[in-house]
Order: sequence, then C-alpha cells, then structure tokens
Amino acid sequence: MILHALTFYLFAAIAVAAGFMVISSRNPVHSVLYLILAFFTSAALFVLMAAEFLAMIMLIVYIGAVAVLFLFVVMMLDINFVELRKGFLQYLPIGALIGVILAIELIFIVGTWTFGGDTTLVAATAQPMVIEGGNTEAIGRVLYTDYVYAFQAAGIILLVAMIGAIVLTHRSRPGVKKQNITEQVHRSPTEAVELRDIPPGQGI
Amino acid sequence: MEELLLEYLPILIFLGVAIVLAVLFVVGALLVAKQNPDSEKLSPYECGFEPFEDTRGQFDVRFYLVAILFIIFDLEVAFLFPWAVSLGTIGLFGFWSMVVFLGVLTVGFIYEWKKGALEWE
Amino acid sequence: MADFIDVYLIPFLWILGGVLAIVVPLLLAVAYVIYFDRKIWAAIHLRRGPNVVGPWGLLQSFADGLKLLLKETVVPSGANKGVFFIAPMLMFIVAAVAWAVIPFDEGLVLADLNVGVLYLFAISSLGVYGIIMSGWASNSRYAFLGALRSAAQMVSYEVSIGFVIVTVLLCVGSLNLSDVVMAQESAWFFIPLFPVFVIFFISALAETNRPPFDLPEAEAELVAGYQVEYSSLTFALFWLGEYASVLLMCAMTTTLFFGGWLSPFDNFVFNWIPGMDAFNEFVPGVIWFLLKTFFFFFIFSWVKASVPRYRYDQLMRLGWKVFLPVSLAAVIIVAGFLVGFDMLPNAA
Repeated sequence: MILHALTFYLFAAIAVAAGFMVISSRNPVHSVLYLILAFFTSAALFVLMAAEFLAMIMLIVYIGAVAVLFLFVVMMLDINFVELRKGFLQYLPIGALIGVILAIELIFIVGTWTFGGDTTLVAATAQPMVIEGGNTEAIGRVLYTDYVYAFQAAGIILLVAMIGAIVLTHRSRPGVKKQNITEQVHRSPTEAVELRDIPPGQGI
Repeated sequence: MEELLLEYLPILIFLGVAIVLAVLFVVGALLVAKQNPDSEKLSPYECGFEPFEDTRGQFDVRFYLVAILFIIFDLEVAFLFPWAVSLGTIGLFGFWSMVVFLGVLTVGFIYEWKKGALEWE
Repeated sequence: MADFIDVYLIPFLWILGGVLAIVVPLLLAVAYVIYFDRKIWAAIHLRRGPNVVGPWGLLQSFADGLKLLLKETVVPSGANKGVFFIAPMLMFIVAAVAWAVIPFDEGLVLADLNVGVLYLFAISSLGVYGIIMSGWASNSRYAFLGALRSAAQMVSYEVSIGFVIVTVLLCVGSLNLSDVVMAQESAWFFIPLFPVFVIFFISALAETNRPPFDLPEAEAELVAGYQVEYSSLTFALFWLGEYASVLLMCAMTTTLFFGGWLSPFDNFVFNWIPGMDAFNEFVPGVIWFLLKTFFFFFIFSWVKASVPRYRYDQLMRLGWKVFLPVSLAAVIIVAGFLVGFDMLPNAA
C-alpha cells in the first residue's frame, strides 16, 4: 500500500509540475511536450485507479493522436510568439476575472466534497468495480447496448468533425498531375508505342 | 485491485531501467569522447551553403488534414476495442449498433474520398 | 527491517532481474540483427557483407558501437539542446518498454496485463515522437522534412494496424496477449485471417520506416532524414530504437498471427508421427517464439534488399485508399461471420 501511495505522489507531482510548465514555458513546443508529459502521468494515475482501459485510451488517443496534431501545429505554424505576448497585459483583467471565477468554483466543489454529507458514501462509490475480463469488457457490455444513443451521437460528432476538417482545410490545387494507376495499367502497346520505318539517311 | 496494479509494477521498473540506460548512453559518450566543437562543425548541414532562412517555416496544410483525419479514425478504433472483446455478450444488437456507427463514419469517408482529401498531390 | 526485505526488496530484485533478462538479450539481439541484416542484403546483392571484425565479421556491430562511443557528440548551433537529447532517448525507451508485455512462453511474461494488446498499440503509437522531436530540435531542413514525412506516414498506417488488431481481438475475445496465443491452439490466425495478416505486415513495414517505406530517411534526397544531425551514441540510440521496434513488430506478428510460443508441429498434420509428442514436450516454447520472430525479421530484410522505394503520394494512397477501407471492411466481415455462425468466443 505504501508503494501505491508513493507512486501516486510521484506521478501526481510530475503531473502538476508538468501542468505548470505548460503555461509557464516560453517556447510553445516545450509547452506541448510538457502537456504530453502531463497526459502520460495522468494515464499512470488512471492505472493506479485500476482504470486500465481509460489509461490506455489516454495513451492512444491523447498522446498518440491529439498531441501529435498539437505538435504539428505549434512546430510548423511558426507563429511569432514574442509578438503575441506584447498584448498580454491588456488581457490581464479579463483573464484574472475568469481565473477567480474558476477558483471559486473549485473551492465550492472541494468544499462540498470535504464538509458536506456522508464521506463514507463518497469513498464507497469511488471503489472501482472488478468484473471478470477487466473494465474493457465491462465498458463494452453497456456502451453499445444500454447507451446506444450516446454511442451513435458520438459517431455523428465524429462525422461532423471529419466533414468540418475537410471543408476548412482542403484546397484542391488546379493543374496538378496525378497518377491514375488503373489508366496506367490498362494502357496497351498499340496506343503507347508507335513504330516507324525510317529510311536510311533521311531522318524523320 | 492490488493484483492488477502489481502487474503494472514491472512496467514501471522497466521504464526506469530503460531511462537509466538511455541516459547512460548519452552521458557516457559525452564523457568518453573528446569534445572539440567549433562553429563550422556545429552549423546545420545544408549542401555546403549557409541555411537561407529559418527551417521552421510554414508548410502544406495537407499535413494537418492527415493528422485530423487520423484522430478521427483513431477514435473509431478506440471504440472498436471494447466492442471486439464483448461482442459475445452483447450479441446481435451490439453488432448492429456498431454497424450503424461505422456506417455513419463510412459516409464521412466517402465524402473525403470524393472531395479528394485523400489525394496527395 | 526483515519485513522490508521480504515484502519489497526481494520481489523488486526478482522483477529487476526479469527486466534485465529482457533488456540485455534485446540489446544483444539488436546488435546481431543489424549484422544479419547486412549479411542478408549482402547475400542477396551477391556481396560478402561485413567479414573483417571477428570470425565471419560477427563482432562488426560491437566495433561500430565502440567507434560511435569514441566520437564527438555534435550538437548543431541552432538546435534546441534539451529536446535534441531527449528525442533519441525517447526513441530507445519507447522501443524497449513495449517488450514488457510480450509473452515468450506460457506463463513467461514480465507483465501479464489485461489490456496487453492495447498497451502494445499505445506504445507503438508513441514511436512517432522521437522522430518529430529530433526533426524539430535539429533545426536543419533535411531533418525537418524527414520528420514531417515520417510523422504523416506513421500516423496513416497506424489506423490500419488498429483495425487489423481489432479483427484478431474479435477471434480472441480478450485483450490479454497470452490469451491471444492460447486462442490459436487449433489454428494460427494467419490461416483464417490471411488478408488482414498481409495488411498488418505491410503496415508494420511502414510503421517502422523500413523499405519500401523508408521515405523519412531517403538517403538520396534527405541524406538521412531526421537523424542527419546526430552523431556518436545519440545516433546509436536511433539505431537501437529502430531495430528494437522492428524486432517488436516481428514479435507482434508472431504473437497475433503465428501462434506465439506454440509449436508448429503440434497439430493434426504432424501428430501421427511417432515421437512428435515427446518432441513438442521437449522443445521449450521460447525457442519457437524466437525462431518465428527471427524468421519475420528475415522477411523484413529480404523486402529491404529487393524492393524499390515508394513515392510519397503512392504511399499515402496505399495507406488511406487501400488499407484503411479494406481493413475496415475486414472488421465488419469477420464480426458478421462470427456473429452469423455463432462462433464468437465467450458468448453468453
């Protein structure tokens, strides 16, 4: 159990530190790299809660896919961040306001959790269910049947995202030569090659 | 639950060993070999010229499109994993539920194809 | 104190021993696999290959390693120092850590995760970071272009790998890698799932940037792609990582499609031969596992020696327009077949 606590504090500390570095590092690429570290440690924290499936999905989707896109964008967009930072102070009041609101909300949530109601009940619900075959199968048993509407809605959202991405980013350039493999393969020697008899000394 | 976590302990230790090894490799080489840098040696390699401009410029938006489409299909795969494992229990309804889901995304896929988003020019 | 030793120290040492029992042979295997790779190309090209250092050149890889160790570590002036050093380390760490869940024999697995397959898939999707980071950190045009190509390529083929893995899982009904192997006792999956096996193998080539998909390196146009600015052991780490992940892909192919540690002679074709049972008992599964893995490595280098490099648009076309729809259809077909004929594993 000590080991459990130690690993928890190790990963939690790294996660918090990485989260802090995300907002404080000057280079945006470093920010994204710290973000990836934060994702990774939170995947480890999921494992500590015995949520194996979520941890792996965190690795596959967040680190393996979403962060790759982030990295692409910040690495290759070449935004002048010094320029962006110039107007930083004029947004300070509004930023501070949002920060304060968020902080108050957090205090409310933490406050009710600590002082309100029966804490043993809260602790009891936090226990993960142990089902034979692990929680991947447990999710599979309910997601596609009991929660079928939510599942289909997720499909629709993905469709919208796909179409949106294409509408926003796709530009077809005119006058590009493309390889058409079927056409290539179906060319016959009669149309591709022309044989000519050249009389000697005359040329074509 | 404890047993489950114990299965992950070797991975944690493995990670530690791998990190130590990797650091040893890099630091070892720094310590063993003689370091004698000069400005010509340290300039980036580019066909004998000085680099004309900063490397990290803008580039084709197509790469972003590939990354976005990848996220969408990766999510699709993520939805498929629990389904594949539990198909025996959820039966025919679960099967058709997934077929509808994939059907919706296939519509998107056909749209991409027709729009030429999958072409690489 | 005695309690501490019994409860923590001894299990820790056991696990550490297990980890080293994987890492050290892995490093040795990589050294020899590089040697064999070169020997195989040489044989196919009617050359001799490395034959000077040690008998038949067997010590060539160690000589190369020693040479690299004694070289200066050059860090380009425009490079981003931290990221520049982390990238090759990451490459190696990711390739090594994935080996923790590979089952070498029945019960002989370091971490027998419930979600072993997902873990492998997740770790192999992290391989792209070493490449993107090195390309960006070097601040060199060639490295940058190589990283860009590589990232888009790996990402494209990962989707098909995911779908292919799902078809295998449909036949297994579990995400545990040992269960995947045990489910193949009657028939190895490459027989019923042959088309998806082909897709998996070709995608594995693309995922590890091996020829004919080695566009990120493309020595003719990008000199060596993302690793052009690396020298000394940071360069060696790229090699180690690359070959460790190639071997990992071979091990994954073995586990998912070729029955892992199962003996190829333990079936109705061979079982009538007297003494076959004793033979199967006698040869440990680990031998079969390693033989199969190295066989796939042989195919990897065979491919490398004999096929020309793809063009980038062809590569993207193959990934998105051929493999993706075919593997997606395969998922539905396999699932429909299993549901229709009531052959699903662990059915209610």
